[in-house]
Amino acid sequence: MRVIAITAEDIWTALEDVMDPEIPVVSLVELGVVRDVQVDGYKVTVHMTPTFSGCPALEVMGGDVVERIRQLGTEDVTVEWIYDPPWSSNWIKPAARDRMKTIGLAPPAIHNGDFQIVLLEPVECPHCTSMNTSLKNSFGTTPCRMIYVCVDCREPFEQFKPL
Amino acid sequence: MNTKLKAKLAKYLIAIGDDELVLAHRDSEWCGHAPILEEDIAFANISLDEIGHARLWYEIAAELLGEDKATYPDQLAFFRSASQFHSIQMNSLPNGDWAFTMLRQFLFDSAEVPRLEGLVESSHKPLAEAAVKIRNEEIYHLRHTSAWVKRLGLGTEESNRRMQVALDELWSYAQQLFLPIDGEVDLVAAGLVPDSAEIKSAWLESVVPSLEQADLIIPDEGPPPRDRSVQTQHLAHLITEMQSVARLEPQGRW
Ligand SMILES: [Zn+2]
Repeated sequence: MRVIAITAEDIWTALEDVMDPEIPVVSLVELGVVRDVQVDGYKVTVHMTPTFSGCPALEVMGGDVVERIRQLGTEDVTVEWIYDPPWSSNWIKPAARDRMKTIGLAPPAIHNGDFQIVLLEPVECPHCTSMNTSLKNSFGTTPCRMIYVCVDCREPFEQFKPL
Repeated sequence: MNTKLKAKLAKYLIAIGDDELVLAHRDSEWCGHAPILEEDIAFANISLDEIGHARLWYEIAAELLGEDKATYPDQLAFFRSASQFHSIQMNSLPNGDWAFTMLRQFLFDSAEVPRLEGLVESSHKPLAEAAVKIRNEEIYHLRHTSAWVKRLGLGTEESNRRMQVALDELWSYAQQLFLPIDGEVDLVAAGLVPDSAEIKSAWLESVVPSLEQADLIIPDEGPPPRDRSVQTQHLAHLITEMQSVARLEPQGRW
């Protein structure tokens, strides 16, 4: 039997390559959906938590994580979805927030636990940095996005929903 | 938790999961047909959220019943007959006009909030955890639908008239949301779920002022609500359509 020596650290590093299927510039690790990695000999268990529970990309995310870990040389990989603590948009890493802007996606504002308060704050246009923007729709092309329009540059854009 | 109580809790969760799934299907029918593109997108998203919530309730029910969490939700959704669903009648009614659709979603989501507030305190930990998650997502629904209720109620004579017609029809149907689900007394006693009477009073406290501010008149409650085992003729059609693809290839992988 082949003895593999994968560490949790190897896995965390490898998972930095696994991008969100709908935000290709942000990894699942940066997004905060990968919560925990457990290695028991050759058996790997990854705990993940959904951003939004109705997100149709969840299965793809889980599958991509399994696929990437298998490339390290183990077949026994399981993803377990957990709900506690519930995912928070505050977990998205600062560098990932900046990269979101490069694809025209405004990052979610940091909140103190009650995201409803930041829903009232102005959102910066990712195209021209104007704060003169208005909400067009609390729902966007995916469950985690809202649609805004910039009054100054006239471009529509999406914001990742604060949660 | 003893086996009997587990079965009762599973039944409760399947009933509220059915509410979500049936409404999600109705919402999905607007995809490609909503009056404006933004609403087409919004209702497709609300539908996805409600399907996600149904799946969460079904998964917890699966664990309580010793079923496979990965396959049981699909079994419940796609391989039961309409008569085996325990959803409330309101959610199976055809979409009608935009006022009817919006008001139904508003009345339903407004009842979800106090139910979830109660479930957050549930003594069954997986249930409490899921309730926190769902409650946060529902905030976006209610924000959207309550804005529309106001917009339509205070809009034009025509939009107000349509909203009142919808309210007159939906109000008595909505009361079924607060009819205790089978076995609820024991579940409430065990601190597992909130009392339906408390959900109702919280609901009334939130929806009555909103509807009145939208210039709508609260109708009489009408006859006592029917039991959840009694379904409308509409549900059978809905279920047939919803299950048609899955039943073509029962062993298919999606
Ligand atoms: Zn701009």
